[in-house]
Amino acid sequence: MAAGIDGNYSQRLAHRKRRASLFHGVCVAAVILALLMLVALLYSVISEAVAWLNLDGTSIKTLLTEIPSSKAVNSGLFPAIVGTLWVMGICVFVSFTVGVSAAIYLEEYSGGSRLAELIQINIQNLAAVPSIVYGILGLSIFVTFFVVVAPGTDGKNVTAAGLTLALLIMPVVIVSSQEAIKAVPSSIREGGFALGGTRWQVIWRLVLPQAMPGILTGIILAVSRAMGEAAPLVIMGALSFVPFAPASPLDRFTVLPIQIYVWISKPQEEFHHLAAAGIVVLLIMLLGMNAFAIFLRNRLQKNLRG
Amino acid sequence: MATTSMATRPAVRAINVGVYYGSNKVIEGVTMDMPENEITAIIGPSGAGKSTLLRCINRLNDLIEIFRMEGEMWFGDFNLYAPGSDPTQIRYRIGMVFQRPNPFPKSIYDNIAFGPRINGFKGNMDELVEQSLQGAALWDEVKDRLKESALSLSGGQQQRLCIARALAVEPSVILMDEPCSALDPIATLAIEELMQELKKTYSIVIVTHNMQQAGRVSDKTAFLLPDENRVAHLIEFGDTRTLFTNPTDERTEAYITGRFG
Repeated sequence: MAAGIDGNYSQRLAHRKRRASLFHGVCVAAVILALLMLVALLYSVISEAVAWLNLDGTSIKTLLTEIPSSKAVNSGLFPAIVGTLWVMGICVFVSFTVGVSAAIYLEEYSGGSRLAELIQINIQNLAAVPSIVYGILGLSIFVTFFVVVAPGTDGKNVTAAGLTLALLIMPVVIVSSQEAIKAVPSSIREGGFALGGTRWQVIWRLVLPQAMPGILTGIILAVSRAMGEAAPLVIMGALSFVPFAPASPLDRFTVLPIQIYVWISKPQEEFHHLAAAGIVVLLIMLLGMNAFAIFLRNRLQKNLRG
Repeated sequence: MATTSMATRPAVRAINVGVYYGSNKVIEGVTMDMPENEITAIIGPSGAGKSTLLRCINRLNDLIEIFRMEGEMWFGDFNLYAPGSDPTQIRYRIGMVFQRPNPFPKSIYDNIAFGPRINGFKGNMDELVEQSLQGAALWDEVKDRLKESALSLSGGQQQRLCIARALAVEPSVILMDEPCSALDPIATLAIEELMQELKKTYSIVIVTHNMQQAGRVSDKTAFLLPDENRVAHLIEFGDTRTLFTNPTDERTEAYITGRFG
C-alpha cells in the first residue's frame, strides 16, 4: 500500500463513492423534474388545442388562414402569423448583422481599450434590462422615426417592431458571438497572418467560419426568446385586432403572442381553447425556426471538420 | 560585427535588436546575420526570447499591442521596421511554421490554397497545390484525399501540411518555431530531412530547444540566454560545428554540455 494511505482507505473510498452516486442521483432528478414540467405544459396545451381543432382539416385551415373574428369558430391567426414572420425576419437580420459586427469589433479590433471595456460592461448590463423598457425605447425612437420618414402613418409598423426586438436581444447576441469568436484558437489567426493575410481576411475567412456554429447557437436562443415577447410590442403599439396581414415593412401588425394574449383575456371559454391552438402554432413556428438554425449549424460544423 | 563573410549575402540581418513588452525589456542587443540558403538555429533555455526574436523577423509580434522593437531588422535590402513598411507584405515574403501544427479546419487542398488566394494568386491552383505538397514531401500521402479535412491527418503530416502551406506563397525565408516539439521522433526525422531539401531553395531560421536537433540540422547557431534581470542576450553566434565543438563562451559550453537549462 502506498505511503500515507492508512487502513481506512477502502472504507473512505466507499464513502466517497456513495457521495458520488448521490450527486449523480440529484442531477438526474433535476433533469427529470424539468422534463416533467415541460411535458405537463405541452400536454395541457396540446390536448386543449386538439380538443378544439378536433384535428379536422377545415378548423385547422380556418386557424391558419382566417383573420380574427368575434366568433371563436371563425377566428384565425393569419395576420398574427404573417406579422410574426415579418417582425422576426427583420429582427434576425438586424440582430445578426449588427450583433456579430459589434462582437467582431470588441474581440478583434478594440484591443482591450478603455472604450471597449466600457462598452462591454454596458452590454452586459443591457442584457438585464426588462423587456418592457425596450418597448418604451422602441416607441420613443423607432416609432417616432417612422412617423417622420413615412408621413401619414403612425409609425407603429413591422420594421419598428423588428428593430425593437433586435435591440432587445442584441446584448445576448453580442456576448454569445464574442464567446464563439474567443473560442477560435489564436494559433489559427497567427497562421492566417503569417501567410500575409490582412486582419479582415483572417477574420472573414478563418475566424468567422469557425465561430459561426457558436454564433448561431446564441442567435437561436435569443431569437426564440424574442419570438415569444409580447410586452415590448404592446407598449410599442402593436394592434390587438388586425383584420389584414402586413404586406410591406411599413404596415401595421400584430404578432402571435399578442393575439394569444388577447384571446386568453376574453371571457368566452371557446377563445381560451383557441388560444391554446395559437400557442401550439407559436411552438411549431419556434421549433421550425430552431430546427432550421440547428440544421445550418450542423452543416457548418460538418464543413469545418470535413 | 562588420567582419561578416562576404561569400553569402545574409537573408535576414538583425542589428542591435532589442525588444520591449511595455516597459519590460526582454531582449537586448542581438546582432546576427542569417545567411541565404542555410539553416540558422536559435537555441537557449525556456524564456530566453527565442520565439520573440523569431517573430520579430516576420513582424508577427506587431499583433501584440505592447510590443516594441529597437534596432534594425533587414530582409535583404529591405528595412523591415522602416516607417511605412507593411507587415502584411512582409509576412507574404517570410513564411512561418509554428510550434504546434495549426492547419485550418478546411480541406487539405483549401489549406494550401489559402495563402495564394488571399494574396490574389491568378495561376493554376491545382498545379501550385501539388507543387507545394511535393515540396513538403506530403504529396504521395495525400494526393488521393485532397478534399478531406486537414484535421484528419496525423500530427507529423499536419506539420508538413503547414510547411506546404507556407511554401505555397513562395516566400524566400521560412521561420520555424520549434516545429518538431509536438511530434514523435519519426515525424521529427521526416521534418529534419525535409529541411535539408528546403534549404536549397529557401533560407531557414529555426527555433529549437532541442540542442541535438540544432546540431543535426543547422549551419549556423545562435545561443540566447537571459541574464539575472530576465533580459535575453545573444551569448554566442557562429558556425554550428564550431559552436558545438569549440564554444568560445563558457556559458555556451555549460549549456550545450547540459549543465543547465
